Amino acid sequence: MSSSDLAVSPTPPSPAEWTLVIRPQGRWWELQLADVWHYRDLLWMFVRRDFVAVYKQTILGPIWFFLQPLLTTIVFTVIFTGVAKIPTDGLPPMLFYLAGTTPWNYFSTCLTKTSATFLTNANLFGKVYFPRLVTPISVVISNLIQFGIQFLLFFGFLAYYYLTGYALHPDWLMIVVLTPILLLLMALLGLGTGIIASSLTTKYRDLTFLLTFGIQLAMYATPVIYPISKVPEKYRFWIELNPMTAVIESFRAIYLGGVIPWSQLGISAAVTGILLLGGMAIFNKVEKTFMDTV
Amino acid sequence: MSDTVISVENVSKQYRLGEVGTGTLSHDLNRWWHKLRGKEDPYLRVGEANDRTTKGASEYVWSLRDINFEVKRGEVLGIIGRNGAGKSTLLKILSRVTTPTTGQIKIKGRVASLLEVGTGFNPELTGRDNIYLNGAILGMRKREIDQKFDEIVDFSGVERYIDTPVKRYSSGMYVRLAFAVAAHLEPEILIVDEVLAVGDAEFQAKCLGKMQDVAGNGRTVLFVSHNMAVVGKLCSQAVYMSKGTVKSIGSPAALIQAYLGENAKQDGSVSLLNLKSPDGKFTLQSVEILNARNEGASTLPNTSGFSVRITYALTEAHPQLRVGLRLHSYDGTTVLMSTNWDLASGPSMGCTAGTHSVKVGFPANFLNQGRYYVSVGADIPKVRAVLNAVEQVASFSVETLDVEGGRPGVTAPMLVWQPE
Repeated sequence: MSSSDLAVSPTPPSPAEWTLVIRPQGRWWELQLADVWHYRDLLWMFVRRDFVAVYKQTILGPIWFFLQPLLTTIVFTVIFTGVAKIPTDGLPPMLFYLAGTTPWNYFSTCLTKTSATFLTNANLFGKVYFPRLVTPISVVISNLIQFGIQFLLFFGFLAYYYLTGYALHPDWLMIVVLTPILLLLMALLGLGTGIIASSLTTKYRDLTFLLTFGIQLAMYATPVIYPISKVPEKYRFWIELNPMTAVIESFRAIYLGGVIPWSQLGISAAVTGILLLGGMAIFNKVEKTFMDTV
Repeated sequence: MSDTVISVENVSKQYRLGEVGTGTLSHDLNRWWHKLRGKEDPYLRVGEANDRTTKGASEYVWSLRDINFEVKRGEVLGIIGRNGAGKSTLLKILSRVTTPTTGQIKIKGRVASLLEVGTGFNPELTGRDNIYLNGAILGMRKREIDQKFDEIVDFSGVERYIDTPVKRYSSGMYVRLAFAVAAHLEPEILIVDEVLAVGDAEFQAKCLGKMQDVAGNGRTVLFVSHNMAVVGKLCSQAVYMSKGTVKSIGSPAALIQAYLGENAKQDGSVSLLNLKSPDGKFTLQSVEILNARNEGASTLPNTSGFSVRITYALTEAHPQLRVGLRLHSYDGTTVLMSTNWDLASGPSMGCTAGTHSVKVGFPANFLNQGRYYVSVGADIPKVRAVLNAVEQVASFSVETLDVEGGRPGVTAPMLVWQPE
């Protein structure tokens, strides 16, 4: 009787009253996605900023995004087809390379840019709190603009070759269905690996060196400039382990014709999911104290 | 219902000094190994109080140590203390920029912090875009900014430039716009670091007025400042921090007295300092208060003149060196500032290598009765600060011999009245 009285009367300040508790370390599973959602306006503001600030005081503006893949493709065509004679599965080389570099560039820019999240934003992060995850997500979104421009280039070549009677077999239904899915996969994979890299480089910068040339090497470990069908059997397993392989192969298959590697795409999605969750957990842990070590 | 909106409980923050390198890695591995075996972090047991002036034995310092206090709704809490007392670290933890090493802080309500004016401003974007960007960074929704947009522009007074990239703004305009955005946040708790030191007098007054409004509306303000006059005017409660701990909590007036008293350790005429500038080339050796007969004195009659003698040494010639002093009244109000360039447009003395003594004369019938503090600094104008103003290096009292018992005001000059 008396004990129950004690429990009810003078209301102790219940923990539910506090809207925020700042503790030394967060739990790794507290991903604070609701917080990110609350800051969605900031996300768009960042995307807008990236978009506007990039073209400021350039005359050609977005054309630069157009020129870079065009020149790369021409170089690839000259070197890999003209000199090294690497087969392109009977497809026009220009189109073949564009179908590889367009998605690959999107992935690699997402990865390199998100991997610098903490280092480039140290000043901002040191002064104000907002869910840090907003920054890499905004990077992945603003990169879509660059992808869009390169995609237009690719699509222009595709239309040209298609209309001039090349034996291309675009799967229009799958293009509509799979393009957004492939994009999402690349975005999430770039984001996942990027935030892992960014979290690991705040204190020890060693990884930044690895990353810059690693991403270049990774392109050769992905069927960007060669078809997977020409990879010798003993290496194929390793190439297929790369989650980007299925994405690039599928991209080519739906636009240029070929078999969509469904099962590998599934594995690739699973790997992406794991990397993303792991990345968010590490990122979440690092963002709390990175100001002390950056 | 408890009206406490912030409760700081046993908060400590440890920092490791020195560079990140292989030494850090071995400590990290050791820490991880202890954690793996379920043991306590071995480096939490070491660490020293944070006294920046003495060389410590440990690489670890406690920037904050066992901080406890509570803030009630509607309070304006001033946090005072010398540089390195842990004020900014505390604000950083409160604003969630970093976490405490141990302890916790509980907060009720939306927090907005202003550790810097114009955080995240992008120079390429226009004023309009930056209002939205900065507002969003500070946690406002787009809808809220839309509603307050006109008010913000009005408050900032830069309407004419609103569609110009902010990189074309003068620094004053930049700050005005940035503070205007922050001032229109409507958080339940506002955390402000020393950001009001910028902008002109009119704008500062506007900012202080705005902060008072915020507090008046039942919201809470936490405020760090070295400007004792502002703390005394604005705050209802103060926390006095020293070397990473809370020294006392209480009414601002009492704490300001204690703070200023601690700093002006040498009440006597001579302050022997031997303070070296960061680059080691300038040493402020001593500051002396001299009476009209050129003798050291700590209490001066207001009817006769006095002077301040500053002695410093240079290891090499500083052709453009400017040495200056500030005089503060007991509440921190700056009475005046003067430099050795006052009557000459450039350096006239004391910029060769060696030891120099310079004397600044003050007239009779100038200061009112009360306690005054001297700060001394040196710089190379428009290039860099040589020695940031060392606050309250010396102090003295002025006594009036007026039998009628003082007049109000910081100064008490005898002015000439005559028929016209």
